[in-house]
Amino acid sequence: MRSNFRTIWMVARREFIDQFRDWRIIVPMLLLVTLFPFIADDTTRQAVNFMNRFGGDLILDNLVPFVVLVIGFFPLSFTLVVALESFVGEKERGTIEPLLSSPLEDRHMYLGKLLVGITTPLVFSYISIGIYLILVSRREVAFPSAYMLALIFLLTFAHAVLMVSSAIVISVQATTIRAANLLASFVVVPVAFLLQGETVLIFWGNEDVLWFAIVGVTLLAGLLVRLGLAHFRREYLLGREIDTINLKWIWRAFRNRFIGDAKTISEWYRMEIPVTLRQLRRPLLIVIALALVGGIVSYTWVIMNVPDYFDLTPDHVTELRTLLAENLSNLDRLGERIPAPVLFYHNARTTVAFLLLGLVSFGTLGLTLFMVNIALVGGVLGAASLVGYSPLAVFAVGLLPHGIFELSAVFLATAAMLKTGAQLVTPQADKSLGEMLLISLADWFRIFIGIAIPLLAVAAIIEIYITPRLIKIFFPVL
Amino acid sequence: MIETNDLSKQFNHDFWAVDAVTLTVQPGEILALLGQNGAGKTTTVRMLTALLKPTRGWARVGGYDITKNPQEIRTNVGVLTEQHGLYMRMTGIEYLEFFGEVYGLEPKLRKSRSDYLLEYFGLTEAAHRRSGEYSKGMKQKLALARALMHDPTVLLLDEPTSAMDPESAQLVRNEISRLRSSQRTIVICTHNLAEAEALADKIAIIYRGKILLSGTLDELKRDVLGPVEYEAKFANAFDAGDLELPQGVDLAFRSETSLRFRIEAPQAINPKLVHMLTTRNAPLVSFQEVPRKLEHVYLKTMADAQGVPYAV
Repeated sequence: MRSNFRTIWMVARREFIDQFRDWRIIVPMLLLVTLFPFIADDTTRQAVNFMNRFGGDLILDNLVPFVVLVIGFFPLSFTLVVALESFVGEKERGTIEPLLSSPLEDRHMYLGKLLVGITTPLVFSYISIGIYLILVSRREVAFPSAYMLALIFLLTFAHAVLMVSSAIVISVQATTIRAANLLASFVVVPVAFLLQGETVLIFWGNEDVLWFAIVGVTLLAGLLVRLGLAHFRREYLLGREIDTINLKWIWRAFRNRFIGDAKTISEWYRMEIPVTLRQLRRPLLIVIALALVGGIVSYTWVIMNVPDYFDLTPDHVTELRTLLAENLSNLDRLGERIPAPVLFYHNARTTVAFLLLGLVSFGTLGLTLFMVNIALVGGVLGAASLVGYSPLAVFAVGLLPHGIFELSAVFLATAAMLKTGAQLVTPQADKSLGEMLLISLADWFRIFIGIAIPLLAVAAIIEIYITPRLIKIFFPVL
Repeated sequence: MIETNDLSKQFNHDFWAVDAVTLTVQPGEILALLGQNGAGKTTTVRMLTALLKPTRGWARVGGYDITKNPQEIRTNVGVLTEQHGLYMRMTGIEYLEFFGEVYGLEPKLRKSRSDYLLEYFGLTEAAHRRSGEYSKGMKQKLALARALMHDPTVLLLDEPTSAMDPESAQLVRNEISRLRSSQRTIVICTHNLAEAEALADKIAIIYRGKILLSGTLDELKRDVLGPVEYEAKFANAFDAGDLELPQGVDLAFRSETSLRFRIEAPQAINPKLVHMLTTRNAPLVSFQEVPRKLEHVYLKTMADAQGVPYAV
């Protein structure tokens, strides 16, 4: 272990020397760190004056934490410069080959560069925050609590890891600095959105919600580090001199994986689909477990918390049931308002959305969206229980008939999406990131086209034409 | 020792950069790998350093398999890459010490090796200057010193004397020769045919990823240019008339004052031929082998490969 650290430090030390001898990095960083807190302090003064004249206590109370978050973020933009330079820059300068020819292990090189990419901008970032806090402490404005500051420091650290790890992934995959810089927008734009989201959380006024951002960003950063480590290969850095897209090969690789050895559709269903399904065993178990947990937690939360906010006296419950009955009076003619194909399209689109979100987040966002949907189901059952219906009966009559098909399709597609994300962050011998993506996508489409689409089609027909009738039969009051 | 068999590398799923390369280089031997730019020399070297995995075939370097033991190979091989690959903001001594540490040398050994190499290559005075300030030749020498830092048993050198002045190039050649005599296995990729001729025990010519020819210089000359030619020069005009030549000798060229013979087995035939000429009172001034350079072998091989006529 100590030897690993020593080797990582050896790589990092050389990078630090290089960085601190490069005035093009140090001078702008110093300027940013020393000037920006003063500008931010003056902006704070003007904002405070404005708020004092026109009101806005909530903003005033959270102004400093917000500025601290922004000030901490600016020096972090240098993480991209440093990290993008780290592999592709060395490749362009020809300095990477002697290093790659040495007995250094891939992870030592990767982690050494990651350490440098994070440390310098982070130190400058904290210095900048420190200067601002000293300046702002003289002003008559709510100073953030130590707890809030600690949260923002943690969040800034998570941002640094997120940006560096994603920039290094780009740096390893790109063949030129120009290409890497272009790809960097895929880091900058989402992080800018992330910052806006975190700003909303800060102005929300509840410090603890920042933990969601910290955990989320850290999880994503961790997955990116894992992705980088999994796909960092010497061969990748030296095997390609220019970026070429071999569309023929891409199509061939996808088609071969999708079709497999099958000659006919029935052969495909008999031979290939069972193989893919067997591979989904573990992700499917995880998805089912998460669905159970999500559904039960949501159901329990509704049962326990909604009565505190909602009038559930017998009179009001009767009112609610009447309202529900009125709204659902035409339930058996649902097909006239929502044709089955529209419902099918909606469900298929949601399943694809799980995949797309899963792809950009290695499964996590897709899984989150899936959990939100399951939580909604749990919540509806909880609400049904609160207004006096048996949740079990509602589930069996209102959900199960089409749910058997729909949930099976969604569970399988989500499990395939989870497997795609897991495959991307798992080291694969002799396969590039692009190859892995193609294989994973082909596997996902096998499930989607071969199983999910037929199941969703059946589910849509049942949901529109059978489920409403069953509800009418079992709940005559509706 | 380096052994390769059917070593091949495909890029982008349709381009064979190296195709079925089979070679053997013994310890104490130097192989010169010759070929045009893009012929596959660098890719071959990268496979031998376990940087690229072969698509087909295998290779063993210093007793280790390039796919199974990449780490051992990297520890035992010294590589001089096509570009010198120096970190421009590091001083010469920092650079060597860094790579010494990368190769796991103890601090004392690192110091002594870097001092020795800096001195050998005449870089001691520049040792504390950043390598960005070095001349091209100095950079190349520092890069070579890096490749030798861990005293490797196998050396793969890409253009070792490029950009060097004649004295420095000679210094480097001397060092390579010394390493050969200490039983190192050495592969040199070069466009400098005179250097290859001076240093190499074996030569391989690579074209579009395939080895067109390989062997010792004499073997290549014989295979490509035919039997050895000897030229007899006369003090004044000599009429050879209907000279009856021994078996295994062809008359390749004649002028008033010289004759050129193509001889299959010079050791057996030359004494007889010289005797024949002197008994015919030929005013013989000299009788010597016509020098045939590697350049001729290389250019003829390339011309044949491209299907164009070759003229010396």
